[in-house]
Amino acid sequence: MKRAGFATRWLPILLLLPQLAIIALFFYWPAAHAVQSSFYLEDPFGFGSSFVGFDNYTHLAGNSEYGRIAQFTLLFTVLVTFFSLALALLLAVKADNVIRGAKMYRTLLMWVYAVAPPVAGFIGLLMFNQNWGPLAELAKSFGWDFKLGVNFGDTATAMVLVSVWKQVPVNFIFFLSGLQSIPKSVREAALIDARSSFRRFWDVTFPLLAPTGFFLLIINITYALFDTFGVVDVLVKGEPGNNPMTLVYKVYVDGFRGNDIGGSSAQSVILMVLVLALTIFQFRLVERRIHYT
Amino acid sequence: MAQVSLQNIRKVYPNGYEAVVPTSFDIKDGEFVVLVGPSGCGKSTLLRMVAGLEDISEGVLSIGDRNVNHVDPADRDIAMVFQNYALYPHMTVRKNIGYGLKNRKIAASEIEAKVQVAAKMLNLTDFLERKPSQLSGGQRQRVAMGRAVVRDPALFLFDEPLSNLDAKLRHQMRIEIKALQRRLGVTSIYVTHDQVEAMTMADRIIVLNAGRIEQIGTPAEIYHRPASTFVASFMGAPPMNLLKADCSEKRVILKGNVAVTANAADGPIVLGIRPEDIEVGEACDIPFTVDIVEELGAHRLLHGQLDGQDLTIHVGKDVAVSAGPIRISINPDAVVLFDAETGLAL
Repeated sequence: MKRAGFATRWLPILLLLPQLAIIALFFYWPAAHAVQSSFYLEDPFGFGSSFVGFDNYTHLAGNSEYGRIAQFTLLFTVLVTFFSLALALLLAVKADNVIRGAKMYRTLLMWVYAVAPPVAGFIGLLMFNQNWGPLAELAKSFGWDFKLGVNFGDTATAMVLVSVWKQVPVNFIFFLSGLQSIPKSVREAALIDARSSFRRFWDVTFPLLAPTGFFLLIINITYALFDTFGVVDVLVKGEPGNNPMTLVYKVYVDGFRGNDIGGSSAQSVILMVLVLALTIFQFRLVERRIHYT
Repeated sequence: MAQVSLQNIRKVYPNGYEAVVPTSFDIKDGEFVVLVGPSGCGKSTLLRMVAGLEDISEGVLSIGDRNVNHVDPADRDIAMVFQNYALYPHMTVRKNIGYGLKNRKIAASEIEAKVQVAAKMLNLTDFLERKPSQLSGGQRQRVAMGRAVVRDPALFLFDEPLSNLDAKLRHQMRIEIKALQRRLGVTSIYVTHDQVEAMTMADRIIVLNAGRIEQIGTPAEIYHRPASTFVASFMGAPPMNLLKADCSEKRVILKGNVAVTANAADGPIVLGIRPEDIEVGEACDIPFTVDIVEELGAHRLLHGQLDGQDLTIHVGKDVAVSAGPIRISINPDAVVLFDAETGLAL
């Protein structure tokens, strides 16, 4: 078979150029800049900078606050990823079984997808308002005096809830389409082979959903680490002092509030390396156990 | 092993479409029954109701002496072979075959022994560690068979299991399935749209059309004594010739000649005759013009028109015929007469 190709060498490069330019301008250049400035101590008022080697990194290593935030970020990521995947899978399995009014359910479940993270955070702010937020009222009726923005645990709970709520629809769409791509006859064969729907799900449906699940796992970890910035920002706005924050938010706080460009750059480089390592690890270890049809 | 009984089984979908009109038949223990009909005739729906994959709208279904209307598919003691095999893509052949047993809480050593027996029977021993994607179509078909055989069920259900195979393999698997069923003696229901499969494999054929039974009978009965013009034209390749004729004074007149005597009322009638029941020779009484000769090696098919109606004649390879005028005669014993209005055999 003859492969379709271009007659000249320059045309494909020319066509790729806009995309490459965008990636270079908005990703590689800032990333390179961050690596560079992580070795410098920047004057807060922009009057110059001095080379400090690995000082920014060693300072972070000995910083107990940074360690605490890293721990919280880990917990936050695990909780958000787990609950948004589990809830979405549950909803998708249920929606897949619905025959009557299926379209309406699906549309309603997908709507939240269209909400931007800061808006989601703002809705969370309203829902958990200490004086009249319906969810705070609900917590109060169980004897839980919910104090968003004041109590560390309460704020963290709200952050996790809002982040999960925001992410469930995306996962739901992928899981649902994953479920629907499993051949009907394979499920019917399982119906004849196994009486228990629990066994059928774990032996047949779940392994066949694994490629979708693996993809979503990476997407969700990335989401919890980075894209929740908007949610965190709105929920802790103004008073990051005693409130929980994630590593990404700490980068912003130190860099743009504390004017410590060098330290903040070092943090983002650490994050970059972390995510890179995590992704490589996932592909090496998890993907090997997945069956792609 | 068990007999199967369907009593007034009916299927109506929520949108009001009646896929199967109330249908009754019994299948004897160890019998191989083929449901045949064009697509949309309800044969698959019927099979899926027996399997428990579709709800039964009305009627009583029993397998053995047990009413299974509301029994889970897994508890009906059946095994099903699907058109696209429906193997579990993430499991090896061994696990595919053993999965149903595993769920019945059978000891692992016993499962392994049964899988080995089934694999040996189906020439799959060398492929037990492979995944379905690493197998050919015929091998996948065998794995699907193995999955059914290993369960030692009361009833085998086949849903067009050969339609995804090429012609040569289909022929081979047809014989293998039939031989296997004979050997195991398991009652079987086999759905197909291919009348050759129906003829060659069945102990009894059930011909379905538009959700109702046209005829139940042995392959020979179905072929030689079709109950309706539908059965006559559906079964057989080429199908039975159906000629519009007139009946007067108990005689059927075809192109001015008396073809056959009939115990029927005067008026229009349909005369059915199989292509091989028409004789060709100088002494024959009906003049006929051959338009096209189809050379098939073992025999020839002659196509032409009689009284403005298409007629196909099957002659042996030793009968030399070329396009042009010949003389034919119709074997009166092989003629089947149908009511011109209802299409039912008289």
